[in-house]
Amino acid sequence: MANSSEVADSAVSMAAPQSTEISSMSLTMYRVSNWLKSPRPYLMVIGFAAVLSFWYFAVEVWKLPRFQDMPGLTEVFSEWFSKDPYYGLSVYTPEYYKHIGISLRRIGFAFLLATGLGVPLGLFLGWSKTFREYVFPLFELFRPIPVLAWVPLAIIMFVGSETPVVFLTFLASFFATTLNTMLGVESIDESYSRAARCLGANRWQTFKHVVVPGAMPYIFTGLQISIGVAWFSLVAGEMVSGQFGLGYVINTSYMMIEYPKIIIGMITLGIVGYSTSAMVRLLGDYLMQWRVRELALGDS
Amino acid sequence: MTAVVEQRMAEPVNESVTKGSLRIDDVVKIYDPDGAAVMAVDHCSIDIPAGEICMIVGPSGCGKTTLLNAIAGFHDITSGSIHMDGELLCGPGQMQAEPGSDRIVVFQNGALFPWKTNLDNIAFGPMMAGKLSKSEIYEKARTMMADAGLSGTENNYPGEISSGLRRRVEIVRALMNDPKVLLFDEPYRALDSLTKSVMHEALLEIYYRNKVTIFFITHDLEEAIFLGHRLIIMSSRPCKPKKIVEVDIPHPRDYSVLTSARFREIMSEAKGVVHEEAQKAFDAGEKEG
Repeated sequence: MANSSEVADSAVSMAAPQSTEISSMSLTMYRVSNWLKSPRPYLMVIGFAAVLSFWYFAVEVWKLPRFQDMPGLTEVFSEWFSKDPYYGLSVYTPEYYKHIGISLRRIGFAFLLATGLGVPLGLFLGWSKTFREYVFPLFELFRPIPVLAWVPLAIIMFVGSETPVVFLTFLASFFATTLNTMLGVESIDESYSRAARCLGANRWQTFKHVVVPGAMPYIFTGLQISIGVAWFSLVAGEMVSGQFGLGYVINTSYMMIEYPKIIIGMITLGIVGYSTSAMVRLLGDYLMQWRVRELALGDS
Repeated sequence: MTAVVEQRMAEPVNESVTKGSLRIDDVVKIYDPDGAAVMAVDHCSIDIPAGEICMIVGPSGCGKTTLLNAIAGFHDITSGSIHMDGELLCGPGQMQAEPGSDRIVVFQNGALFPWKTNLDNIAFGPMMAGKLSKSEIYEKARTMMADAGLSGTENNYPGEISSGLRRRVEIVRALMNDPKVLLFDEPYRALDSLTKSVMHEALLEIYYRNKVTIFFITHDLEEAIFLGHRLIIMSSRPCKPKKIVEVDIPHPRDYSVLTSARFREIMSEAKGVVHEEAQKAFDAGEKEG
């Protein structure tokens, strides 16, 4: 008995992890330092360099057919960082930030609205079979309609130039969020709700303590997709209806034959879009410490 | 048609335990998924006295879990009845038992909530019941964790600790609610044999300290004989008791029991029956159910 309980004790002490807290910040730092030590950043630089140099050579040196009307690399970058831009848009002009700001504001409204409505709807769709019978067929009918098909109706339904754009941006996000949240609820292992009921939780307590946190990983996958498609539909919306915004910049620059501005708008969209989805990811890591820590153990 | 095996009188195994006797009486469960009725449990009668460790042994997919789910209240039974301490859990009039904290399941793959820390997991039951104050609950939770050798893992998430420790946390989570019966659904199935042996002794220690009845499903004969007062060997689908093996090795037991002559005798007695059923199940091509 003594022998085997020693075995038990040592198994416990071996298996018991350090109680040091792994904060999401220190984990991020750890990941960044690991990333810098790996070959990945250098491969990334090579990838960027390859695309940029192709652009430079194709347009400005070799002058390939169909490339001659393209704005060149040097032209775009000197315009983008010029204190006195020829076409009036660079990192030194307030107008540049106004466009970014307005696009971001639309994204913000639409994304919050889509999340605020989509997450609860998805949770209830996954949770209640009856509710699902009512709503899901309707939902599935609306979901495949492309955002662009909504443009005329959006302009007819909503006043001004702002609300149609926000509505269009909201739409795609909403469907992505709702669907993923619903799948998230379905993905929850039945054992968890059974365990909760065994332990005396009622239906509402089970919803709060099992369904919501259990669906969280899928919800955040949904939000990642949602923020991506939000930018997609925002630009579509801004091109058709709306004043200001990055989509508007791209579209009007084409009309006005101010080609470098198109590229500036596009690259800016890439950077801002990436930043917003990185923010969603960070928020997810913050809210799902349990998952971050599990994955951190998996990494090491 | 009743069970062919003789039923022994239900008397408390552990004198101090007076609650948690189970009486499974002529239970039938027929699944009817697509019109093709499948009988999972066939006229099954088992009497489990309070405080017994009753091991339900049978090949994978024989319908053992169906029986456990019926006791836990996860699904209904087709006919028969199940009583706990003389009170009807399910039977005529109410074919599905109400799940409750007097019968807690320890699941096959573990069901600790990965999004709650170990401490919050353990405090979950009493927190839901809301009878004690939060500070009382957490104090009790910490004490129980310390008793089970889980100190230092309170603020870890289940995903951060070993699977053996997770099982222990899950058992402590169940015990927090002072259950009458613990229902184990092959909880150590995925563990390696070394971890298993540690877990078995830990489980017995917990059992000696907490007076509960244990209904334990397994297909591992060694585990069954080491832990149980009694083995109920089930026939493969449909599931019904085929043979009862008394394990007359006195408790408390430790791992030296495994090498004793009596252990080997019981093992050989049980093995023939189990093997026969396993062969039948294999031939029938039954899948896990």
